[in-house]
Amino acid sequence: MYSQGLIGANATTDEDEEFLARFQARIDAEEKIEPNDAMPEGYRRTLVRQIGQHAHSEIVGMLPEGNWITRAPSLRRKAALLAKIQDEGGHGLYLYAAAETLGVSRDEMTEELLSGKAKYSSIFNYPTLTWADIGAIGWLVDGAAIMNQIPLCRCSFGPYARAMIRVCKEESFHQRQGYEIMMTLAKGTPEQKELAQDALNRWWWPSLMMFGPSDSASEHSDQNMKWKIKRFTNDQLRQNFVNATVPQGEHIGLKMPDPDLKWNEKTGDYEFGEINWDEFWRVVKGGGPMNRERIAARRKAWEDGAWVREAAMAHAQKRQARRDAASVAAE
Amino acid sequence: MQDRIALLAIRLADDHLVLGHRVSEWCGHAPVLEEDLAMPNIALDLIGQARSLYAYAGEVEGKGRDEDMIAYLRREREYTNCLLVERPNGDFAETMLKILYFAAYMEPYWQAMTGSKDETLAAIAAKAVKETAYHIRHAGEWVIRLGDGTEESAGRMQAAVELLHPYTAELFENDDLTAELANAGIASEPSDMRAEWDRTIGAIFAEAGLSQPDVPFPHSGGRNGEHGEAMGFLLADLQHMQRTFPGASW
Amino acid sequence: MNAELPLWEVFIRPRNGLAHKHAGSVHASDDVMALHAARDVYTRRGEGVSIWVVPSAAMTASDPSEKDQNFEPTASKIYRHPTFYEIPEEVGNM
Repeated sequence: MYSQGLIGANATTDEDEEFLARFQARIDAEEKIEPNDAMPEGYRRTLVRQIGQHAHSEIVGMLPEGNWITRAPSLRRKAALLAKIQDEGGHGLYLYAAAETLGVSRDEMTEELLSGKAKYSSIFNYPTLTWADIGAIGWLVDGAAIMNQIPLCRCSFGPYARAMIRVCKEESFHQRQGYEIMMTLAKGTPEQKELAQDALNRWWWPSLMMFGPSDSASEHSDQNMKWKIKRFTNDQLRQNFVNATVPQGEHIGLKMPDPDLKWNEKTGDYEFGEINWDEFWRVVKGGGPMNRERIAARRKAWEDGAWVREAAMAHAQKRQARRDAASVAAE
Repeated sequence: MQDRIALLAIRLADDHLVLGHRVSEWCGHAPVLEEDLAMPNIALDLIGQARSLYAYAGEVEGKGRDEDMIAYLRREREYTNCLLVERPNGDFAETMLKILYFAAYMEPYWQAMTGSKDETLAAIAAKAVKETAYHIRHAGEWVIRLGDGTEESAGRMQAAVELLHPYTAELFENDDLTAELANAGIASEPSDMRAEWDRTIGAIFAEAGLSQPDVPFPHSGGRNGEHGEAMGFLLADLQHMQRTFPGASW
Repeated sequence: MNAELPLWEVFIRPRNGLAHKHAGSVHASDDVMALHAARDVYTRRGEGVSIWVVPSAAMTASDPSEKDQNFEPTASKIYRHPTFYEIPEEVGNM
């Protein structure tokens, strides 16, 4: 989902060639770039944008799954789902913190999300209709996210790479949690199996879209590969995901909703059908089934929370004043 | 005695499950991101405590019910949680106060139960008492900040107090079940917690600039399964899957 | 709009015997809430036994452009390392 952070990113820089060459030499030597280091403005801007959108995706991503916490079918599933969604909030927090090292505040990034200026992964603009969607999200959406995030652990920007290492470690249970839900459904009653297949049918294609547009259509891919913000192309990652996921689906007796899907002995890859890029762009541009609701929910939380944040700050100031007064009195 | 222990465990579990349910409703909607991590931690503690208690109730009653059958498959009148915990969340002030009121009751209750003659309950209490102490601290710090913060927050906090205080008396009600279990050295009487609760709340309210209102007409009835109107909707959510797909496993 | 909640740096001691290590940061109105946030954000999987929080604004960092003058002069002072000195093997460990 996170390579979508690069859509429309403007990586042009004004720095002179010698500066850029020196920077590139550090990148080529696999040196990590740290926040206070000199860096091309385009590098900084691309990272702020990508990390911010990655963070927003985690935060908005809490909503579709949060929709099922109170309706989880067993207490064990409820606890696991709640812990998973909480993790996503934590991952958003780590990522905001990584972006903040580049001189942008979390509140600024939040305002950009709420105003629609900043994007988040298109996948979260689809609704969660049944409990099986929780399984499908864990299995497919988290699976796709992991595909994207593992190479980001080696991203050239230190704080992003470190955040990703922590995220990947914590997320290892997320996909297993989802797959286990799907497996239980697929082995269950005919009704349960139907739930699982229906969820797979609805989430499969949007999951493939998470990797972003095909590289031939992606404008800034080259520069980001050169800077080692990205290590693999969108298409490579998507192919890896399909190769890993199709056998998992077959193992539990589910059918991938793609009549063109077939194994290619020669390439060692699954060939798959054409992605509906019109749908992708429609959802990215705000026309998905849930775009409005997702942002409205985030906006409501932010606005309803304003008085709480103000009160906390007011109390902190009063406390500080009382401490100062006490220390003056003691002198 | 076994069936009496099961009844008490279910009563306690209902309190924890229902409050955990309410707190979990905040997930993704908190006023600050840090609180989006804090509240699920509290909800997970509460749901975890409920699970241990339901599982134990199922074991001692010996009717072959597991934690989910007890948690999900009863009628509304069979849930015996107190009214306080089922109250809709309201604003952040109301939610924090509800967590605080309940935790300030449960902390001494668990503390006492660590010495229960029932070893399982004593073990559950030993784990829960630490979690509950943190709930008091966290919700208490927020109540202090909101009570002392701005004019608006102080107004909202005091309004929450006026709204929820009438539901606190029910926490301390004794009945035949609690008397019997107290005599058997299994669990304390709820009324024994009153003094400690008053101390905890008093100290926090003093710092927050809040006052405890007089309550001419306290609410009660949850222990007999007489709930508020919001309870049915809570159960409709909770039981949705189990009722739609009877007998399936998840 | 009101000011943003301040940023705090979080340091966690994984277990006694080890030093506190930088874990990340949180936003909080004051020190007490920063400690709560650090606990809820960074110790969900038993990562620590002790937490420090420090206002980010109170941290002073060395300037990366002075990296060479700060850290390179030590590279030539190899006599600070034990391998610089030759001791006969018969003497044993030293």
